[in-house]
Amino acid sequence: MAEIQFLLNDRLIKTSLQEGLVLLDFVREHQRLTGTKIGCREGDCGACSVLIGTLEGEGVKYLPVTSCLFPLGRVHGMHVVTVEGISKETLTPVQRAMVEHSGTQCGFCTPGFVVSMTGFALESSSVYQDDPRDAISGNICRCTGYKSIERALSEVSEQLQQKPQGSEQMAWLIEKGFVPPYFAGIPARLRAIPARRPVELASSTSTPTVLLGGGSDLNVQRPEAIRDADVAFAQDYASTAIDEQDGFVYIGGAATMEDLNRSPLIAQTLPSIRSWMRLVASTPIRTIASIAGNLVNASPIGDVTILMLALGAEIELTAQHAQRWLPLEELYLGYKTLSKQQGEILSRLRFPSTTPQSRVNFEKVSKRTFLDIASVNAAMRLEVQDDIIQKARLSAGGVAPIPKLLRETSQWLVGQPLTWATALEAAERAQSEVQPISDIRGSADYKRLLLRQLVLAHFAEATAIPVVKEALL
Amino acid sequence: MKHIDAQKHVTGRSLYVDDVPQREGTLHAVILGSPEAHGKLRAIHVEQALQAQGVVAILTAKDIPGENQIGGIFPDEPLLADGEVHYRAQPIAIIVADSDHHARLARDLIKLDIESLRPVTSPREAYASGDVIGRVRTFKIGDPSDVWEQCTHIFSGQGSCGGQEHLYIETQGAYAYPTETGHLRILSSTQGPTAVQRTASRVLDLPMHAIEVDVLRLGGGFGGKEDQATPWAVMAALAALKLHRPVKLILHRLDDMAMTGKRHPYEFDYKIGLDPDLRILAYEVFLYQDAGASADLSPAVLERSLFHFTNSYFVPNARATAASCRTNTTSHTAFRGFGGPQGMFAIETAIAHAAEALSLPAYRIQSANLLREGDTFPYGQTAQDVRAHDAWKALEQSIEIDRLSDQIEAFNQSHPFQKKGLALMPICFGISFTKKTLNQAGALVHVYQDGSVSISTGAVEMGQGVSTKMIQVASHTLGLPADRVRIEATNTSRIANTSPSAASATADLNGKALAQACERVYHRLLGVAAVMLGCDVSALKLQHGRIFRDGQAVELSFDQIALEAYNQRVSLSEYAHYATPGLSFDTTLEKGHPFAYHVYGCAALIATVDCLRGIYTFDRVHVIHDFGDCMNRDVDLGQAEGGIVQGIGWMTMEELRFNEQGRLLSNALSTYKVPDIFAVPEQLRVEFLDHAGSPYAIFKSKAVGEPPLMYGIGAYFAIRNAIRAFQSQPFAFSAPMTHEKVLMALYPTPS
Repeated sequence: MAEIQFLLNDRLIKTSLQEGLVLLDFVREHQRLTGTKIGCREGDCGACSVLIGTLEGEGVKYLPVTSCLFPLGRVHGMHVVTVEGISKETLTPVQRAMVEHSGTQCGFCTPGFVVSMTGFALESSSVYQDDPRDAISGNICRCTGYKSIERALSEVSEQLQQKPQGSEQMAWLIEKGFVPPYFAGIPARLRAIPARRPVELASSTSTPTVLLGGGSDLNVQRPEAIRDADVAFAQDYASTAIDEQDGFVYIGGAATMEDLNRSPLIAQTLPSIRSWMRLVASTPIRTIASIAGNLVNASPIGDVTILMLALGAEIELTAQHAQRWLPLEELYLGYKTLSKQQGEILSRLRFPSTTPQSRVNFEKVSKRTFLDIASVNAAMRLEVQDDIIQKARLSAGGVAPIPKLLRETSQWLVGQPLTWATALEAAERAQSEVQPISDIRGSADYKRLLLRQLVLAHFAEATAIPVVKEALL
Repeated sequence: MKHIDAQKHVTGRSLYVDDVPQREGTLHAVILGSPEAHGKLRAIHVEQALQAQGVVAILTAKDIPGENQIGGIFPDEPLLADGEVHYRAQPIAIIVADSDHHARLARDLIKLDIESLRPVTSPREAYASGDVIGRVRTFKIGDPSDVWEQCTHIFSGQGSCGGQEHLYIETQGAYAYPTETGHLRILSSTQGPTAVQRTASRVLDLPMHAIEVDVLRLGGGFGGKEDQATPWAVMAALAALKLHRPVKLILHRLDDMAMTGKRHPYEFDYKIGLDPDLRILAYEVFLYQDAGASADLSPAVLERSLFHFTNSYFVPNARATAASCRTNTTSHTAFRGFGGPQGMFAIETAIAHAAEALSLPAYRIQSANLLREGDTFPYGQTAQDVRAHDAWKALEQSIEIDRLSDQIEAFNQSHPFQKKGLALMPICFGISFTKKTLNQAGALVHVYQDGSVSISTGAVEMGQGVSTKMIQVASHTLGLPADRVRIEATNTSRIANTSPSAASATADLNGKALAQACERVYHRLLGVAAVMLGCDVSALKLQHGRIFRDGQAVELSFDQIALEAYNQRVSLSEYAHYATPGLSFDTTLEKGHPFAYHVYGCAALIATVDCLRGIYTFDRVHVIHDFGDCMNRDVDLGQAEGGIVQGIGWMTMEELRFNEQGRLLSNALSTYKVPDIFAVPEQLRVEFLDHAGSPYAIFKSKAVGEPPLMYGIGAYFAIRNAIRAFQSQPFAFSAPMTHEKVLMALYPTPS
């Protein structure tokens, strides 16, 4: 492919280095920008956080990513901002607040926090309105206990109350010193970067190209291999659109979890989506990870997969000359074994739109409540009329070698009244459909008990029936 | 005063080992660890790996010129495995290549021939088979055996608390290069520069003066880089010496987690006896420490468990016996609290057991037994300036404990699936290294002829703010603004024979030495000024860089005096040494006066458990802490808050897991979870007890690094109390209280 061009802070970069090299290694080793730190190389600590800016309308939309998982090839045409790109002679309000509130001790995680908080300042949507901490949820600090960082964030948040909306926003941020003046010229400079024509996806005969949705898992599992592999990016072959047609919600094969989190359509269809997505992953990981990637990764514990199974999702598989739709549950044949053919890509998915009769819930319990891999996750979608269940789909992860649709329990639920007794019986029946194993995420006994509880939690959350303690003990 | 590095940190300009500009020809090293937890290492086949792209050398035990030995307390730990392997990931070979990437690819090509042996992973099993490091030790006051009969209530049982990964965000690393004279310079992310120097000297067969260790700062330490930064620095040095090239060795996170030691897991058996007034008449405990594969600092950690086995209580008849048990896991090491937390968890378990059995809040027992002035610790030291009751009372008032208990009770009555639990956690922690030798420090001060000042101490900055405190000490003592004082990197050529930055004592020891050095320079400068002004020295005082005569500012600056002193050939430099007075401990009697002073405090923690899902949150943590006459509120508050959250992490979600084959299951940040921003208490309030302090603390500002961590122990008991509000069947005392344990306790299997 042609050389990669992008803006790194205020400089135009042209490079022909391998596309699979992670951005972290590029900025540290090749550009000697050492403010971006290496903490874990698996997206779990945020010490390597950078902002990526992409053209959106007249301006640029900035989102945080962990640069340890972000392939260099994907930054073509983007503005990459490291801590050096916002640090000038005087401190920014974010940096000042971190100093004033003693939000830094050993300092190793600090540039990541500063970058994420700057992303918070640059955010133009209301996505952080409920809890500004979501903006820094991907950053781990081992020294401070976070309270001083929270105080710094509160101060920044307060200052940002004055920020105007729309096109004046950037000028205000520059005037207040949140970002340096060169940010004003970024949209024009990004528009000047020529688009690249994606490579033809290799046919099955040649060396397989690794197609990265986001790479947030592949770059954790086999980073050394990805670095030197031929890689291609889902964004070049599929859409990120999320829209509704003919009673279905369609999600493009390149849509990220953050696209899902921010979609107004999804917010309408699944009003609790933001609270679920907080459980799924931190903001920078959601920005990288694609929904299709989560599905084809086939992890038995994939959060979005479990949600999509319950929603009744189907996937569109596209090969060079053919397309087919497949119910999601039919994708999974066994542990990490798919019915998808070599050369097929997951180009779209869809699920039936929700109605006033729909009751949807997602539950996840893990060792750490947020930003962790589940011990068990579970989702439920019911269609209810006159307190009788008309349709039901229950799914659960972490309890079988595949992301599991609990078919029998779901079938049994159809026709049942919406009562606590029904909930208890469903929780009991679910047990016969699962075979959890003991591992680092929990013992088999725990996972069974947890599944029961999460099925009950679905009913407690998504329906108005009262929860009764006595029957449980 | 804010942390002096804060501005550099927030702009990303602070340098850590991996950020230092590399010298031309720098090579990169990666370590091959053992795939077996226990076995005989028969052969290492490196031929194929040596052919791999970019590989320069592969070093093994046979390449070591000196002694293949890094054990500090006992010589039981080779730098590189030779003949045997004793834990999984034990270093076997150093792969040196032109890049980290190439070294890692080559590592996979090395073939090992290992005959595997059965690993032992349980400390009780190791103890039963006599595999104990050092001797089994007993601390005793009175004799519990004599008084069990007098006790109204006696409870006994078993408990355990898990290990803890340090998870400093900067992994272990070092950068070593030969200098023109054949000496070695090692940049190391270590809390113990002298340990690196001494060990490199031993392994490389060089005198200590041939090795210079330089430490700019650490991206977190928490004890994990006290002894265990050493092997990586020595390996980099070995490669640099052998290859005559600069060599950098930065551990990848997975290697760091697999290869380095953690906080020691403990198991224990306890027995506690109370009188009708809830006074503890007798307490007995046996502590099984899981030391891992070698001694490292385990015997010293074990000793501190014994020093703190009665926590903040006076128990007239108490006996603790402790054994350091060798298992086939990574060699466990120092971690903030250094064995103290484990000793305290045991007695808090015994108290909670008694409280649960007697159906009363544990804080009734805790408050009935707090230390008083003049009480004797089990190790023989008399308790002086005791603050246990003061802190407790201040906390009780602050949280309005009776009202709070009623509120929690009412909440629990009205919420079938939400339960709150309250726990109080008093602490008492002794300050000093328990190894007497280490209670010394040196400091060097240079005043330059322009009046600017450079200071060097043995203190290592790892985020705890010690550099900031050293600048405060120098600027205050010299009467200068802080911006005229610069602190140098910690370097073994400037300050020799340093003690590690550990035991919470770094600011005290180095600060006292620095204050002495500065005082001497100060008095010489005043002498020069007195001559310049033609007055008596006693009338003069330096403050904020100006000189005052009888309280009146004089037109003479510090800078002018410094220049005049230089012209007069008066020395502008000073080195001072400090050794904590009055310390003694007799290990045959297990009695003495090991601590310069104690730090006290008390915490209240309130947890809410979601009894449907078995998950929890912390509503509130409220602490009254004995900071003494705090010299830096910003720094000390940060230490307290950070320590508390780290302690809560240890007691809740941080679950260190090895399987029976000795493989670390919690081997990455995806499987070992530390608190994130949503996991911390919604409210965390830390109040300062008062300003009393201790004369052995620098400026009477008490040591603050470790003690607050132990407030976190209350997190376990707060969750436990909430669970018991849902169902009252007893369940095992086993920390950490993971979500799994919570749910299993909420819904016990019918027996």
